[in-house]
Formats: sequence, C-alpha cells, structure tokens
Amino acid sequence: MKLFPIKGGIHPEYRKELTSEKPIVALPIPSVLTLPVQQHMGAAASTVVQVGERVLKGQMLARGQGFVSAPVHAPTSGTIVAIEDRMAPHPSGLPMRTIVLESDGKDEWAELPAPIADPFTATPQQIRARVAESGIVGLGGATFPSAVKLGLGDKNKLEILLLNGAECEPYLTCDDRLMREYAAEVVDGALIMARALGAPQVIIAVEENKPQAFEAIHNAIRTKLNVSLVAVPVQYPMGAERHLTQAVTGRETPARKLTADVGVVVHNVATARAVHHAVRHGKPLLSRIVTVSGLGVVTPNNIEVPLGTPVEALLAFCGGLTGEIKRLISGGPMMGQPIPDTRVPVVKGTSGVLALTAAEANERPTQPCIRCGTCVSICPCGLVPVEMAALIRNERLEEAAAIGLRDCVSCGSCSYICPSYVPLVHYFNYAKGRLNALDAERRKTEQTKALVAARNARLERVAQAKREAAAAAARARAESQTTDVNKAEA
Amino acid sequence: MLIAVGGLAAMGVTLGGLLGIAARYLTVEADPLEAELQAMLPGSQCGQCGFVGCQQFAAALAEGHASVAACIPGGKATAEALAHRLGVSLDGHDVEDTGPTVAFINEDLCIGCLRCANDCGTDAIVGAVKQVHTVITDVCHACGKCAKVCPTEAITMRPVLPTLATWHWSKPDSSLSAS
Amino acid sequence: MKIAVNKSGPFTHAPSSVSRTMALVLAALLPATLYDIWLFGWPAALMFLVTVLSCVGLEALCLLLSRRSVANTLTDGSAVLTGWLLAMSMPPWTPWWVCVIAAIFAICIAKHAFGGLGQNVFNPAMVGRIAVLVSFPLPMTSFVAPSPLFASGSPGFLDAFRIIFGGSHGFDSLSAASALGHVKTELSRGIPVSHSLADIPDFTSLVLGSHAGSFGETSALLILLGGAFLLAKRVISWHTPVAVITTLLVFGTVANLIDPARYTPGWFHVMSGATMLGAFFIATDYVTSPVSKAGQLVFGFGVGLLTWVIRTYAGYPEGMAFAVLLMNALTPIIDHSVRPRAFGRTRKGEPLPLNEESK
Repeated sequence: MKLFPIKGGIHPEYRKELTSEKPIVALPIPSVLTLPVQQHMGAAASTVVQVGERVLKGQMLARGQGFVSAPVHAPTSGTIVAIEDRMAPHPSGLPMRTIVLESDGKDEWAELPAPIADPFTATPQQIRARVAESGIVGLGGATFPSAVKLGLGDKNKLEILLLNGAECEPYLTCDDRLMREYAAEVVDGALIMARALGAPQVIIAVEENKPQAFEAIHNAIRTKLNVSLVAVPVQYPMGAERHLTQAVTGRETPARKLTADVGVVVHNVATARAVHHAVRHGKPLLSRIVTVSGLGVVTPNNIEVPLGTPVEALLAFCGGLTGEIKRLISGGPMMGQPIPDTRVPVVKGTSGVLALTAAEANERPTQPCIRCGTCVSICPCGLVPVEMAALIRNERLEEAAAIGLRDCVSCGSCSYICPSYVPLVHYFNYAKGRLNALDAERRKTEQTKALVAARNARLERVAQAKREAAAAAARARAESQTTDVNKAEA
Repeated sequence: MLIAVGGLAAMGVTLGGLLGIAARYLTVEADPLEAELQAMLPGSQCGQCGFVGCQQFAAALAEGHASVAACIPGGKATAEALAHRLGVSLDGHDVEDTGPTVAFINEDLCIGCLRCANDCGTDAIVGAVKQVHTVITDVCHACGKCAKVCPTEAITMRPVLPTLATWHWSKPDSSLSAS
Repeated sequence: MKIAVNKSGPFTHAPSSVSRTMALVLAALLPATLYDIWLFGWPAALMFLVTVLSCVGLEALCLLLSRRSVANTLTDGSAVLTGWLLAMSMPPWTPWWVCVIAAIFAICIAKHAFGGLGQNVFNPAMVGRIAVLVSFPLPMTSFVAPSPLFASGSPGFLDAFRIIFGGSHGFDSLSAASALGHVKTELSRGIPVSHSLADIPDFTSLVLGSHAGSFGETSALLILLGGAFLLAKRVISWHTPVAVITTLLVFGTVANLIDPARYTPGWFHVMSGATMLGAFFIATDYVTSPVSKAGQLVFGFGVGLLTWVIRTYAGYPEGMAFAVLLMNALTPIIDHSVRPRAFGRTRKGEPLPLNEESK
C-alpha cells in the first residue's frame, strides 16, 4: 500500500525494550477500587448505586448522562463503601465524585447481556447500543465515548475504518503486546466496528518497530478480504489520528473538521478488543492494559489492570521505585499528564504509568530562545511555535490564536527539540486554558447584561401595573363621587 | 547664515501656528465612544468601580479619567475589551487580584428582610419575607451590593474555587535561569 | 507519595543544547582558521586571539552590568563564536585597537544593547566589522600577501606583538589587494574586467586560498568543508547557503554574459571574498535570519542579490557584510509574511475545502 509522508515530527529515544518482550500479566484484584464517575470525555456519569449496596462484577455503577457520555461498571464483586469526592487522576489534584468499592475476593459475575449472536446481521444501532452500555471509550488515551464515534457513519459517507496500532509514544508497549497476544480479538472487534460504521474497508496500521505485532495481525487477517495491514514509518507523532490518516490515505483533514469528513474513522486497537468482548461475550469495560515503565521502576511490566486500582498498588506490583524519581506520568512521556499522588486510581485512559529519573526526564533550566527555527521545521501541524510562545509570554493570547494556536495538538515535538529548553507546550497549554477562561468570562458578562435587562423589564412591568391600578382606583373614586353628587342632587 | 536661521524660524512659527489653529477648529468629536464602552460593561450598576453607575463609569473612561481595570464583576475579559477599544495597555493593572468570587448567604444570620433580593441587579437572590434567602450562584456576578446592604452582615463574598472543568495550566515561569 | 506537578509535558528531551550547537559551529570553522593562521603567521594568530578574548571579556562585563549570571551565559559559546567570526572577517594583521573597537560594537552595541542572546536584530559580528570598516578604512583595507608561519622572512613570534600592538607597518610585509579590490580598482581606472581577471589568482588558487584577503576569506574550500559538516550535523539547513550562492552565481553569470568587460563572472563571485564564509556561517546565524525554511530561501536570495549589487555598483569591493545587515533588517517582515502552511489549512490560512466525495 502506498504511504504518504507526514511533515516534521521527531525521533525520540523510544526505550521500548524495557517492556516490549514482557508478556501481559494480570494484576491480582486489589482490596479497594476507587472509580471516578468521569473517566471519559463528555458529561460525567451519574451514580445508580447506594453506599452499602453489594454489587457484582460487571454491574453498572453509574449511568452515562446525555449524548456524549459513558457508564462505569464494577470491575469486581464487592460492597460500595463510599460515594464521595476523592482526588482525581488529574494534574490539578482537584477532587471528583468517586465510587469506592471494597472487593469481597469472590470476583462474582453479574448477569451480563446476551452476546450478539451474529454481529454482521445485527443493525449498526444494535452494535452501538451494546458498545454504549459497555462503557467503552477510546483507549488510546483520548477516552472519547466509542459508541458516539461509531455513529459517525450516519452523517458521513465513510470508506475506511483505520485501526491505530502505531503507539508512537516512547516507553509504551501495551498496544504492541495486545496485538501480539490478542490479534484475533482485535481483528474481530475491528470488523464489528466497521459494520457499526458502515465502512467497507478496514486498514490496520502498525509502526515498523513492532515486527512481531505486524506478524500476529497478519496471521489473524489471512482470510479476511476487506481488511488490510500496513506498516507505517517510525515517527512521532504518527499515532495522532489526523497524521495517521494522512500517512495511510494521503487525505489531509481540514482544520476544525473530523477525519470522518474525509471518509476515515480512527479507533485504537485496544478499543477494538473491548468491542469484541462487549459484542461477543457481553462483557463491559472493566480493565485495561497498562505499561509500567521507566528507569525509576524496579521491574517494568505490561499489566492487565482492573479499573480503579490505585497507582501505588501498580508500582508495588512492579517492585516499587528504584529511588528518587523526577516525574511520575500517566500515559507516555510526550503527551502524558503528571500524576499528583500515588493514591489516585488507574482509569480508562491510563495507557501507561512511567516513573522517570532525572536523567530520563532531562530537564534543564530555560535559556533565551536563539530563534534557531528547529521548532518550526519539526512542528507536525505546520505552526510557528517560536512566534506563538513569544506572543504568549507577552500575554498577547488573541494574536497567538490568530497564527494557529488552536490548531496545535500539544504533541510536544517542539519542546522536545528546543536547544534552549523553552517550555513551548506549557505556554500553549496555558494559553489555550486562559483563552477558554476568558471566553467563559465573556459569556458570563453577556448573561449578566441579559439578566439585568430582564430585571429592569420586570420592575418596569410592576411599576406599570401599579400606575394602571392607581389610575383605575382614581377613576373609580371619581365615578363614585359623581354618583354621590347625582344622588345628592336627586 | 542669518537668512537661513531666519527662514527656518519663520517656517517653524508658521507651520506650528497652522497646527494650533487646526487643533482648535478642526477637531473631531468622539461622542459615540461612551455608548460603545457602556455596552461592554455588565450594566448591573453595582458601584464597585467607584462611580454611581455604569454610564458614569463609561463617561469617565471615555474622557480618560478612569482605569480600565476598575470594573471588578466584568473580570479580565471586560478589562481587556475596554483596553483594546481605548488603545491603552493593561500592563501594570492588576485585574485579577481577588479572582472570581460569588455571594454567599449565611443561613444562620439571615432574617429574611428581602433587602438584598430587591437590590440584586440580576435577581440572583431568591427568598420571601421571613424566609431564609439564598443565592443562585450561576446568576450571581459578584457585584457586592447585597453584602453591603444586608443588616445582619449575613452575606460574604466567597472565592470561587477552581473545578476540574475550569482548571488550566498556569503560565510557565519566564524568568530565565540566567537572571 | 506526592510528586511535583508544576510542569506540563513533555517529560523527555533531546540531548540538544545551545552550547552543543555553538561547539559544532566552532569545530566547523577550525580547519579554515588553522590554515589561515599558518598562512599569515604569528601576527594573524595574535589578532585572532585579541579579537576573541576581547569579545568574551566584553560579554562578561555586559552580563555583570545587566545583572545576569555570568557563568551560565558565558559558557554557551555565543560570544566566542561572535569573536571568531569577527576575526575571520578582519585583515590578518589588523592592529589590536581596531579589533577591540570592533568587539565593542559587536558585543556591547549590537548584542547586549538589544537585550542579549536571542534578541539582537543585526548580526553582531557584521555590525562590528562594518563599524570599523567605515570608521577606519585604512587598517581595514590593508591586506598583506601570505607569509606562512615558519617560512623565512615571516615575522617571528615577538615581531607579531610589535605588529599588532605596536602598529609597526614598517615590517617587510607585502601589502596586496584582495582579488575583488583589485578588479574594482582596475575598473575605476578603465581597465576592463576581462583583463584584470588575468592578474588575479586563478580559480584553483582562489579555492585553495593562498592569496591576499581577510583572515577568513582566503580558503573557500576549507570553509565549504566546514559548511558541509554543519549541514551533515543538521546545525544549519541547505536553504540559506544554496540561495545565497545560487543567486550570486546566476546574477554574476548572466551579467558577465551580457557585458564581460564590465561584469565579473559568476564563479569569481562565488569563489572570492567572503562568499563561502557568508553563505554558510554568517547568513545562517539563527537569531538574525528567518525561522521558516521558505523565509530562509527569500533571505538567502536577498543576501546574494544585494552582495552582487554592492560589489558591482557600490563603492566597496566586498558587499557580503552590508548585504547581510540589510537583510537582517528585513527578517521580521519575512517572518511575518512567509509562514509555513498549517496542517489542514490552505496557504492563506483558511481550512481546506471539503470535496463532496471526500477526496
């Protein structure tokens, strides 16, 4: 298959050999699981269980709210001991409503929905409904509710379901191992998703640094006609959905639009496997594969982790930390988020837990920008990071937005390569957040003006009513006086 | 040489005089500015800017006698819009000193007098006579009038805490290591 | 356990740094510098040292005055590089005071008065050179013929001090004109280019560089090798050097074809003077050139064109320094107008149109 080049990008030290040859091991169920009600993009789920209630494995604990949402299920059987605000697995460390489940060790299954006997005769709506009620979200890290994404075939004429097996982040090998060990499930899930989307063709893209995964998928698709496999060049950020689409199909998604608008929908390989389990076995999303890596961990591993497991349990399972670590990251080192505390849980979007030493993080004090222009040549989105950062430093945020800040996907390539160690992506993240906050403030001011106008109108109506009542009373008095006079005269 | 000096001096005086005449007789009045500025303000007549009402503040802004950062309920967005329109810079103005706040009624102290509810510019306070009043936080824009008028000092302005939805990364420290 | 969350990603970094980049540039300049020191003897070495050391010293002074950390900033190598390039563009036996004044203009005025590293608009080395060229034309145009390091008749080590610090031009040096200077002078005397070309060193000699000229403009070949090294190490990209050289070549060749008596050929422009040094080391200066590749092409074209124009029509035989400074002034405009195409957008910045059949 002909491939197309993508602009820019970097070639970091991948360090995948720390875990690439480690088969997936299952973590024993911890004694307490903490499940935030929002592990996905969109509206938070709403709890449907009470404190003290006994729940079974796979039972729904919180229902999705609205169109873009996803439910949360119990990863094991046990008792709900609390529903309260706990620290979210978010860099701010702010609290989120969390369901605390104490496992009873029995791991007893609830009654699951019946498997869909033949997904290829079922309607796309049936498949989507099953995916929705199973709580499946994009497991590549974006956590967008998959059922909604599978509905893109309704509005757009789709041609390709592109399965993302690129895994371009350093250290992460969860998708690599998943493809090697569960290739058949991935392919089956992909075909089911293609049916739900109405896409005639499936392309599975694997980066060239994963030859065994390529081989495994190749064997799994041997007899399938509408599935093809392609090896994409090793380049970060090849796994970004727009860039992967361009690399495999040559189509460039227009700004502010979805890849579906060019006929392609991208899903992660782990999501495909989850769809397979939901449709073929009725199993909701209860666990995910996490790569625990970095030189700061004693024994790096790829682990199948029940959702809600505290990060500290994961680290303990891997032998603990080797000593002083510089950063603890959820996800990959390029786009991952710092973990505020080891007590936070693993959630649906946690593809990796990295304990990085100072040498690995390679952080140095920022020096003045020397305008070398390297950030411009490697930006995969064709932006000018040096100029945007200079504008943001001077609080000229709207001007930065005018030269493309909102097109930035925060891939981190510019920060990675900057010889002066300028924290470019940090500036962009700050600016994007600040612009959103200013937008919210502007909307609030508009709302206030409308409320003030409404209040003034209300007061005016009240005053008007008073005047009319006074006028009516005056007329009544005048009439009764006239009547009295008439009576007197008569 | 004297001719050169005299000639230049004469030119300077003539041209300067012409400019002065133009400045007096050919100036353009800038009336619509005040209305434009007033439209940018929240309009709740809270008085936190130090002026009686939003129209007076806008008038003072138009003449350059007021700071663009004075409107507290308007927040940074309003200050920036005003600064942009007037062509002044926001440097040196501390707009977000206190951060966003919201009114809070201490139910133990509230006597149900309705003074705050009648005064609120956006009808954000619900209550009835002798019933405890409460603030609808989404509607409150923190002008502070209610807190001033409450006879039992039951109302305080509380800072709005960041939530997961409103949190964002802070600005990286731009002081260079070399300094 | 709580861990710091004060920084957003990414949490890994390439092993690149400013000092590494500067070190690579200095390494690329080393062969040509050593050759030229050998070619012009001890006085040249001394001149080189005086220039570089005064640049470093002035940088330290300016950092102290602006209350910045001296240790951190001095080690990034940018002052050494400025001094090195400045020395390369001076005549080999320039007196010490000219070097120091050039350093003052380069470091204090062109660099620190604008805000220090990364903030200057104009190339500091070129500002230094132009300032002393305009102020002290005689020392700056007194070129000497090569007098190799250990050859007989060459000034010894102590003689070097007398020449550089004592201002003694009475030594038996052979003053000579650079190739460009010779052609221009002859032209002003009415002797056509085709004739004066015969007097100057031929192509091979120009390339290898054993002829009179400023310190760094003699060996085009060694500079070219240094430039190739920088290209291989990805310190510079090919856009600026290729644009400069191609433009000079094209304009020179076309003009020469039109009127060989008046205009020097393209190869002569490319091989003589500071063309190679300018194309690979001066025009490619990060801070003062555009950040985008397309912008660098425009910049290089401008430098080449202006160099040709100044060499041909203006009063100075060597135009590269002026051309670079003039294009430095245009760099902000180039950066503003020439931007890369954003992903998903047209060149104008609008989102790409969607075809009905989704391409």
